[in-house]
Amino acid sequence: MTDLWLYMAQRISALVMAPLVLGHIAVMIYAIQGGLSAGEILGRTQGSFGWALFYGTFVVAVSIHAAIGLRTIAFEVLGLKGSALTVFAWVVFLVLFVMGAQAVYAVTAT
Amino acid sequence: MIRPHRSHPLWFAFILHRISGVALALFLPVHFWVLSLALTSPERLDGFLHWTDITAVKIAEFALVFLLAVHLCGGLRLMALEWLPWSPRQKTLAAGAVGVSVLISGTFFLQAI
Amino acid sequence: MTSTAKTLDVSVWRSNDTGGAFQAFAVPIQESQTILDVVAWIQQNEDPTLAYRFACRVGMCGSCAMMVNGKPRWTCRTHVQKVISGNKIEIAPLRNLPVIKDLATDMDPFFDKWVKAEGVFHPSKTRDDAIEQIDPTSHERTEADIGIECINCSICYAACDAVSTTEDYLGPAALNRAWTLFNDAKDSGKQTILDAVSANGGCHSCHSMGSCAEACPNELNPMASIAGLKRETAKAFFARRKS
Ligand code: SF4
Ligand code: SF4
Ligand code: FES
Repeated sequence: MTDLWLYMAQRISALVMAPLVLGHIAVMIYAIQGGLSAGEILGRTQGSFGWALFYGTFVVAVSIHAAIGLRTIAFEVLGLKGSALTVFAWVVFLVLFVMGAQAVYAVTAT
Repeated sequence: MIRPHRSHPLWFAFILHRISGVALALFLPVHFWVLSLALTSPERLDGFLHWTDITAVKIAEFALVFLLAVHLCGGLRLMALEWLPWSPRQKTLAAGAVGVSVLISGTFFLQAI
Repeated sequence: MTSTAKTLDVSVWRSNDTGGAFQAFAVPIQESQTILDVVAWIQQNEDPTLAYRFACRVGMCGSCAMMVNGKPRWTCRTHVQKVISGNKIEIAPLRNLPVIKDLATDMDPFFDKWVKAEGVFHPSKTRDDAIEQIDPTSHERTEADIGIECINCSICYAACDAVSTTEDYLGPAALNRAWTLFNDAKDSGKQTILDAVSANGGCHSCHSMGSCAEACPNELNPMASIAGLKRETAKAFFARRKS
């Protein structure tokens, strides 16, 4: 059953992310006007529960999505199999999730 | 790599989706790390952000936004193909996905300069 | 296209158990010549040991498929003038299948996967029951009709990159067959089919790259059939969670 599960997790995380990506691009287009500064970004995000939720969901979904995607490529292109493949996917997921969570915390915590 | 049996629009759409996905996955850890500097050393974050004034970096950013947009549009096309029975006009849709991505990233680029 | 030469430069893959290489032949150009004609000419006039496979010569049996200038094609209905590049033609055995000798591939894996995908009829009635009435305009029937003209030629299988990378991937033809049976009112194996195509190496190994549809000589679209299976397996996935 793993193929079906991975497929479903891949599509569901993609569906979750679709509006988030659009939002993220919109914010970028808005924020880049007149250059970027740490103050400006943090002013928007710090202490905001909404942004924490937005980017928190984003990080969870992207970690799942990227781990499954890279797992497929590792299997098809690099020929990784069995437990090596499972470990690889989990490492990708954990690295992205932990680093992403840190980033979200860093820009939203007060 | 582009052998005769692969030279058709949907295969290019596939490889574009795969390459943009890998590129985004590789970029993410860097992106996250730079943002976490906000907590540990805000001055360095500002230092990084000043880089974004350089034209070369702007072009790189444009490329990233394009990759994100093209992965999004390509993914939506795929979901429409698989979950809504939308098969016949796939080539047009694939081209549309790239077109929309150029538009989105182009807007971003114009705002950035 | 408009070559003035009297012969074609043909390179043909020759192989046995120990290995292989391309061999060059000069084949006289004839009007309305097909790739199969070229291969037959070589075998009859140059080297009787050349191994290849064909039967009907009119695009019905699906046994003559080979790689022609890098693309899988039905050779009996592929005209030389349509595929020639310069004055050269390269003919090789179908991709993604083990080669027995020269241009003849072992098609067992292709047909084994056909069965593994439950691309076999699951009867619902006995000889004593009345024949089921089928409405030819129903959605299921039209869906099935689109995919039934498959001649088992394995051209899509040779074109598919998922087959090359995923050893146990069932492949476009087998899944296309499973989809037509899934939509066949007379077939009683819907759940059996869904289980077979949801297993590892099933329809979810397909990346919708469409090389199968591009290559199919009968203009079938296995990619669309596989999308149908993905849709049904996704529906079943949610339904099972709910109940
Ligand atoms: S659409 Fe699916 S079955 Fe067809 S060539 Fe691509 S991966 Fe293979
Ligand atoms: S789907 Fe088309 S290419 Fe594939 S085996 Fe059938 S006829 Fe041949
Ligand atoms: S020989 Fe029968 S299909 Fe070509």
